[in-house]
Amino acid sequence: MTALLEVSGISVTFDGFRAINNLSFSIGPAELRAVIGPNGAGKTTFMDIVTGKTKPDAGRVLWGEKSQNLLKLNEAQIARAGIGRKFQRPTVFEDQTVAENLMLALRADRSPFSVLGWRPQPKHHRRVEALAGEVGLAEALPRKAGELSHGQKQWLEIGMLLAQEPKLLLVDEPAAGMTLAEREQTTALLVDLAKTRAVVVVEHDMEFVRRLNCKVTVLHEGAVLAEGSLDHVTKNQDVIDVYLGR
Amino acid sequence: MSRSFLIRNPSVLWFLLALAVFTLAVTLMADGIGAGLISTSFVKTLGKTLCLCLVALAMDLIWGYAGVLSLGHMAFFALGGYMVGMWLMYARTEEIVVNALSGQALPPTPEEIRAGIGTQIFGVVGGSEIPPVWMFAHSLTAQLLLVLIVPGVLAGAFGWLAFRSRVTGVYLSILTQAMTLALALYLFQNDSGLRGNNGLSGLQNIPGLAAVPQATLSVWFFWASALALALGYLMAANVVSGKFGSVIRGIRDDEARVRFLGYSVESYKLFLFTVTAVIAAIAGALYYPQAGIINPAELAPIASIYLAVWVAIGGRGRLYGAVIGAALVSLLSTWFTGGRAPDVPLGFYTIKWVDWWSVALGLGFVAVTLFAPKGIGGLFDRFQNLRTPDRHGADLGPDKGSLREKEATE
Repeated sequence: MTALLEVSGISVTFDGFRAINNLSFSIGPAELRAVIGPNGAGKTTFMDIVTGKTKPDAGRVLWGEKSQNLLKLNEAQIARAGIGRKFQRPTVFEDQTVAENLMLALRADRSPFSVLGWRPQPKHHRRVEALAGEVGLAEALPRKAGELSHGQKQWLEIGMLLAQEPKLLLVDEPAAGMTLAEREQTTALLVDLAKTRAVVVVEHDMEFVRRLNCKVTVLHEGAVLAEGSLDHVTKNQDVIDVYLGR
Repeated sequence: MSRSFLIRNPSVLWFLLALAVFTLAVTLMADGIGAGLISTSFVKTLGKTLCLCLVALAMDLIWGYAGVLSLGHMAFFALGGYMVGMWLMYARTEEIVVNALSGQALPPTPEEIRAGIGTQIFGVVGGSEIPPVWMFAHSLTAQLLLVLIVPGVLAGAFGWLAFRSRVTGVYLSILTQAMTLALALYLFQNDSGLRGNNGLSGLQNIPGLAAVPQATLSVWFFWASALALALGYLMAANVVSGKFGSVIRGIRDDEARVRFLGYSVESYKLFLFTVTAVIAAIAGALYYPQAGIINPAELAPIASIYLAVWVAIGGRGRLYGAVIGAALVSLLSTWFTGGRAPDVPLGFYTIKWVDWWSVALGLGFVAVTLFAPKGIGGLFDRFQNLRTPDRHGADLGPDKGSLREKEATE
């Protein structure tokens, strides 16, 4: 099985601080992966590099069957190539309705000229309704996203990611601020999504990671400390020292 | 542009109706065609106001919707005026020169006519040669195309450089202002070929229409301005009501998020910057024949700042807000600075509005920003009972995490 995303030997330094240090990572086309690590381990920087927000000083990031070099693309091009990102803090367009938010994310040509002439057809409305149903916001379609509760915004953002139909989903702390029931729902959704695409979940919460029941990558000081099943990495002495032991 | 579009956007229908009624009323009362209740100069003022409404519409698209505070759109407006002004001045001077030379025994050669035009137009800056920038000035079609091309290319090149480097916020505003200032300073020079600080004048005389009195011409230009505003409004409403509007409002609120959705934010900004520059230029091309004169002072950065003030007072992010703001503030400004507003005697000091109008406008701007950030357009929300919630700080929704009142009113 060839990897969907192959990150090899990347390093990045911010003002002398080495945020990522010779990190390598790879994920297959339909795989669920949890990335854990203490604060400052480089989890968010790693996501920034994959999505094009930060350029690394060294290393390679290759994508897809054609091994496309992601470092040459900007954020928008990477998103169009099929990498979706969910931020830690829910970021939806609060001034626009739930329907508009989903319509914006719907997979379609993104160039200004085609968007200018784009008009929603019945199939687009149906798709938006289906997506809203999937994330439990069917009733909220005409409401402004800013009126939603924190948990609902998280769901709306997940709905927008689904609308993008990405091949790889990067999810930053999805369970933050969710109730127990919502967490369980989120876990089920992520596991389900990983059947058809690659999903990388960055998470602090061990319980949540345990429920995902997947391969785990532990980051520490910008490098991979251990990789394997959760039971395997929690037995690793290094991991216990830097992360679990505290 | 179907019927359902107007039904989905009732404000567009109301706006077009109001504009039609206004145009009809002015026509019926105008000096040239109607009952003569409105003087020719006031018809011109109203026509010019409609052009300012159109440029305010462009400003609202780029600032109110996309969040790019450009302080250069009045430069594009003036450039449009210059382009059309060159033809007006050249063709009109040509008529005069041909007339003057027709009394001679021999018919004048084209060279003689050109020399005559050169002396007439450029004598004031001590020249008689027609500069190369006037190369197309003899052709109305060419100059009308240049109205679109020159500001379009300038905005395109400037925007490409600025947006590609991801210059945003106040830095972009400063950059656009610098562009405006540089352009104005360039045009102030006599050897820029556009008559330096004299500018172009006599633009109210339309070549070939010498027999038509100004009273009638003023109504024609008023109609043209009203038509341009109506078309511009329809186009703008159509653009912002669709997905494009959704994208640019997204750019205004969270640029990075739009990028991660796969939209190339820079292309959108560049596209909108260029299109609104061209709209501004069209507005300028209609404005200056009514004003009669254009000079580089029209490009001063202060003009673009005024434009931003109009849009802010009228209400950013809604099209009718921009139109109301531009119309109201520019008409008030004409009234207060025209010396017709009565002085206010305070006993120890008399407030002369000619001097104090700028201060009053500045205070008004500060007051609107502080107390009514939605501007005058916000009043319409009140009519429709779209009030911002007032729950004395309690949560709005059923659960703890819901939007707080503070967030919702921001």
